[in-house]
Amino acid sequence: MPLSTQSEAGDDQYILVASLDNVRNLSNILKAITLNDHALFNATPNGLKVTVEDSKCLQANAFIQADIFQEFTIREDSVGFLVNLTVLLDCLTIFGGSTVPGVTTALRMCYNGYGYPLTLFLEEGGVVTVCKINTQEPEEPIDFDFCSTNVTNKVILQSESLREAFSELDMTSEVLQITMSPSQPYFRLSTFGNSGNAHYDYPKDSDMMELFQCTKTQTNRYKMSLLKPSTKALALSSKVSVRTDNRGFLSLQYLVRNDDGQICFVEYYCCPDEEVEVE
Amino acid sequence: MDCMVTGGNVKVLAKAVHSLSRIGEEMYLEPQEDGLTLRTVNSSRSAYACFLFSPLFFQKYAPCRNPVFRCKMTVKSVQAVFRSLSSLEKTVERCHIELNREKCRLTFTLHCKHGLLKTHNLSFQDSESLQAVFDTDSCANVLRAQPRLLVDTVLHFPPSLEEVSVSVSAERVWFRSHVEEGADQSRAMLTELCLSAQEFEHFAVSHPTHITFCLKEMRGLLMFAEASGLPVSLYFDEPGRPVVLSLTDSVLEVSFVLATLSEESPPLNHSNSSAERKPNPPPPDDFLNDDIDSYLIAMETSELAGGSDCPPPPPPPPPCDPGVSRHRPREGEEEEGEQEEEEEEGEETETGRPPNKKFRSLLFGSVLPTSSQAANQTLRNQEVLASDSEEEEEEEEDPASP
Repeated sequence: MPLSTQSEAGDDQYILVASLDNVRNLSNILKAITLNDHALFNATPNGLKVTVEDSKCLQANAFIQADIFQEFTIREDSVGFLVNLTVLLDCLTIFGGSTVPGVTTALRMCYNGYGYPLTLFLEEGGVVTVCKINTQEPEEPIDFDFCSTNVTNKVILQSESLREAFSELDMTSEVLQITMSPSQPYFRLSTFGNSGNAHYDYPKDSDMMELFQCTKTQTNRYKMSLLKPSTKALALSSKVSVRTDNRGFLSLQYLVRNDDGQICFVEYYCCPDEEVEVE
Repeated sequence: MDCMVTGGNVKVLAKAVHSLSRIGEEMYLEPQEDGLTLRTVNSSRSAYACFLFSPLFFQKYAPCRNPVFRCKMTVKSVQAVFRSLSSLEKTVERCHIELNREKCRLTFTLHCKHGLLKTHNLSFQDSESLQAVFDTDSCANVLRAQPRLLVDTVLHFPPSLEEVSVSVSAERVWFRSHVEEGADQSRAMLTELCLSAQEFEHFAVSHPTHITFCLKEMRGLLMFAEASGLPVSLYFDEPGRPVVLSLTDSVLEVSFVLATLSEESPPLNHSNSSAERKPNPPPPDDFLNDDIDSYLIAMETSELAGGSDCPPPPPPPPPCDPGVSRHRPREGEEEEGEQEEEEEEGEETETGRPPNKKFRSLLFGSVLPTSSQAANQTLRNQEVLASDSEEEEEEEEDPASP
């Protein structure tokens, strides 16, 4: 850890210190939730949760557990602040985010408490960059009140199969309709575009389907523009869990393996677009 | 219509659709007894492409009879069905194409690995048959080569190059980049390749000549030819007459008909416009408006299409011809369909830019205007070529149609 000696002196005053040998483990997962600039950081002894919201209809959360970090010290039960995500990502990739194996950027992220900037020390090949990003008043994130007890339908798919579907989705369609049902068509994605409609059906016994727990036929529409950013998380992930609750709210949970094989989660909540009568 | 394509043939079909998408915006689909045809024509009507898949290409092939069915749809929508060629090869096991007349939907169903089913219900429009008129038998020059040879040749031309010139002599063929007259000669890069007759499988030049045509469409065909490994035949005559590129296989026939530049010689079959045409410099738009009546597509309507099972063609003027109605609004009511079609044609041409070149159209050897603005006016003024003397009168009276 080339950085540790350098900032040793000031460590006492920080209420949050997190270090990573490979900054990509953080930057990649933050890219997957880039909906807009306002990212709410919430650190607890368990780890870091970053929340981004859009249009009061969509919320993306990234969870990075404490043990992903080489060092994770927190002096309070909970530390929260708001930073500009674009600026943060620019800083995290300030060395160009090289993908050459063996060349990694190390990160030490420190926060001094309310009113202080977020300080980043980035080091690659002996060069150190210090970035200070002003923090803003944390806002309370929207509570989507998505409880697992209210979940009516749930499937877990290998991301690979969903990636293909998402890459081919007809973007002229305003909505993506998701049908989940204990009977045919089991799990269906539908679009309604300029040139017609398209359906992608996944049978429940497909190799790609790891879990199929549907209790009731549900058809809900979600704004394509809201779901489109989730493809970034899909691209990184190896598995995805799709759940809907009794109100038609959608939860997409992505299991992401980072460069070192550790597991992080990205979660999207989305409100349904409108009521659809079940056919 | 109900047909099934399996295995590697799905990719062939997909490649065909991608090739067509390089040329036109709409795909004309026509299931006939002798196979399924997919056709397109570009917005300036200077390039036409046709793929005929014989019934043996399919695992199952049942064209619709009574009434004969033809339709057109945007090629983009069909392309969306076969979006990723690479994943297609890995995942798609079979493709089912079915027509639902009640819902007016053409359904493509892709049966993929892991039981994934992709269903695309595409809307379509009824259409007339689209057919370019060309006769490869009468062409003086015929070259046939493995696709690799032509692909490697074309590879040397920069992607921005619009046209390529081909010159043939008894033993050689030259491919040259074509630079417009008036273009900045100092900035243009010229590329020239010479191939010997021995490189070709078949080399029959009875009339040494020099033709120029669009490279983009040829690249579209070569993309398909390379994937299929079928030898490419080129049939051509003198400048101004179309060049035909074709591939033939036991289950497949592909023809691309491309207009060639008519720079040296005056048009032969249709001459009333060429009389006033200056031979060389690209004329201004105003001038071209005098010329536009001759801008018409080589598009025949029903009579050519596959003969026996087609309904008798409607009496002239050909309904597919967009020039008919607007020009003479007083002569009575047009059919609604015709009107609609015409409007669409107009939109199409506004969006798609016709090339800034004087290409003779595929059939009649006419001339294209230079700008898209001129193209709009052209559409308003388009005239049936069959009529003769009054055409000239109207041309005078009617410079910017009322």
